[in-house]
Amino acid sequence: MGNRCAVIGVGQTKYQTKRLDVSIAGLVREAALRALEDAELTFKDIDAVVIGKAPDLFEGVMMPEAYLADALGAAGKPMMRVHTAGSVGGSTGLVGASLIQGGVHERVLVVAFEKQSESNATWALSTHLPFNASLVVGAGGYFAPHIREYMRRSGAPDHIGTLVAVKDRQNALKNPYAHLRIPGISREMVESTPMLWEPIRYLETCPSSDGACAMVLAAEHKVTGTPAWVHGTAMRSEPIFRADRDTVSPQGGKDCVADVYRQAGVSDPRREIDVAEVYVPFSWYEPMWLENLGFAGEGEGWKLTESGATALTGDIPWNASGGVLSANPIGASGLIRFAEAALQVRGLAGEHQVDGARRALGHAYGGGAQFFAMWIVGSEKP
Amino acid sequence: MPSEPLVAQHVLEFPGGYTRTTGPVIGRFLTELRDGRIVGVRTADDRVLVPPLEYDPGTGEPVTDDYVEVGPAGTVQSWAWVEEPRKGHPLDRPFAWALVKLDGADTSLVHAVDAPGVKAMRPGLRVRPRWKPESERVGHITDIACFVPEVTTMVSVVRAEYSIQPGRSLARFLEGVRDGIFIAGRCTRCDKVYVPFRTTCPQCGSVIGEELELPDTGTVTTFAINNLPDPRAPEVPFVSAYIMIDGADVPMIALMGDVPAHEVRQGMRVKAVWVPPEERTLSMTNIRWFAPTGEPDVEL
Repeated sequence: MGNRCAVIGVGQTKYQTKRLDVSIAGLVREAALRALEDAELTFKDIDAVVIGKAPDLFEGVMMPEAYLADALGAAGKPMMRVHTAGSVGGSTGLVGASLIQGGVHERVLVVAFEKQSESNATWALSTHLPFNASLVVGAGGYFAPHIREYMRRSGAPDHIGTLVAVKDRQNALKNPYAHLRIPGISREMVESTPMLWEPIRYLETCPSSDGACAMVLAAEHKVTGTPAWVHGTAMRSEPIFRADRDTVSPQGGKDCVADVYRQAGVSDPRREIDVAEVYVPFSWYEPMWLENLGFAGEGEGWKLTESGATALTGDIPWNASGGVLSANPIGASGLIRFAEAALQVRGLAGEHQVDGARRALGHAYGGGAQFFAMWIVGSEKP
Repeated sequence: MPSEPLVAQHVLEFPGGYTRTTGPVIGRFLTELRDGRIVGVRTADDRVLVPPLEYDPGTGEPVTDDYVEVGPAGTVQSWAWVEEPRKGHPLDRPFAWALVKLDGADTSLVHAVDAPGVKAMRPGLRVRPRWKPESERVGHITDIACFVPEVTTMVSVVRAEYSIQPGRSLARFLEGVRDGIFIAGRCTRCDKVYVPFRTTCPQCGSVIGEELELPDTGTVTTFAINNLPDPRAPEVPFVSAYIMIDGADVPMIALMGDVPAHEVRQGMRVKAVWVPPEERTLSMTNIRWFAPTGEPDVEL
């Protein structure tokens, strides 16, 4: 795993439908300055900047990293951009961590963002290339069939997705940065919303958000304040059109999590991980990832959700922050998972803090569930 | 039957308009307006009145001699939308009457705001004056034609136009589709059949040499019922299904037809519905959709 690395600063913007008051540069800078303030540092103290975001078509700014160098104090420093579709936020954190673990740099600023209000994600993800008749309409249109297949295989009752949609939005009420804060959110409210891509209802999907998230990562001898130590990092990908690919529980996810558990010495995640921030953009992905990530056996994930184990009051809270279902600036969503995991083990998560959280999982996935990025962070030095 | 009331038009207008003396305070305000500046006047208790008044309305005391340049930007305090402007209104299209508090002022000025629509209006909206051309300014409140919102967004037209040429494998597949058949490729190393035809195996990277023809029948493995309209589907709801063509090892995603959306099932047997041969081109649109064959469902 290389040299020790820790998170010493976290910064987030408020996530909302439209940030009309700032430019893209102003948005990323807001998150970066908050992370630096948390670390009690300035841009001068940073050795390198890693920036991540989802497809350039979302904002129509090609190679935005070049334009954003000024806003992130990157002049004269190494700056690079990461892109692994929806998992990019997580991958950005891991590329930053690798620069510390590899001994290349001492302090790295990682930033990820999306300003979805500049266009429309469903448009950007459904470009209708000539000759190709693959009939997929947006992310929901892609993932709905795989959710249907999960429901068939597992025999999960229809209301499981509703439970997650309610639970994550209840958590969001405790997170001041969350985009969707729906007072009185209830099963009836979720069930009264229309099917967009059946079996996915409107309130079982993530919102479209503007927002940015940033972290300052440091080598051991530069650690200050209350750190979150990195205990394991892993990325995997797999070909989307491979024969026999299991789109419900992709092998790439299983391999990625096995790697990160091995590094962190985790053998029973349900017992040994205190809180998980997992990329759940459609509510049914909670039970699906519970199985893929080994928190439950195959076909058993929905029972864990139904039992309340993943609620803030359960024994393994998932998405205490409200998760992707409550805020989704796509390119940043993965980094937010990683940052929220870090906040939990630093004891700085505020009202959605899980008491005594010592070890947390951050997870992101992207593309057609073909890119995975994960880390485990802890309050103890590994 | 009552008779029509007797009506006559009558106009009362002093020829040429009244000549109204401004006094020094209002005169200063209008003189500055003619020069393209907006000034307020300071009161004895240090408030800036815009537009200036000659006497402090709170105390009746005279105002000071201190004129303060304010704005030109300001903030909308409240507003009323005029959907149908009348003759004599400052604008001939829908606009808002607004109370605008100019930067540096303690009171608000009433003026018109030329907003793109009622939805653009809100308390807190930042606005700036749109001045009449200098040659037309006479020292009147209408020297400011109206206020307009500050620029907060711009439209950026991004357009990329490509000539797209299908690769060798897709071109070969489309030739088959033109002739009403599905051409697949078999990776002999993995023993897996890929449709559409491709020239390399996504699993092992080997070159796919073996070409084979598959039937136009298959099984729905899973599907979505889409309630969002899409130009490629005839109506909503429409079903986009993963169809495992008989003999293939990867599913194709395609439109379902000739069946109500909620009657589509996982395991349903389907067959391609082709457009008539004379309408076919090198395009996937040759396949109208897949329709149920009526065979018993397949156990998945």
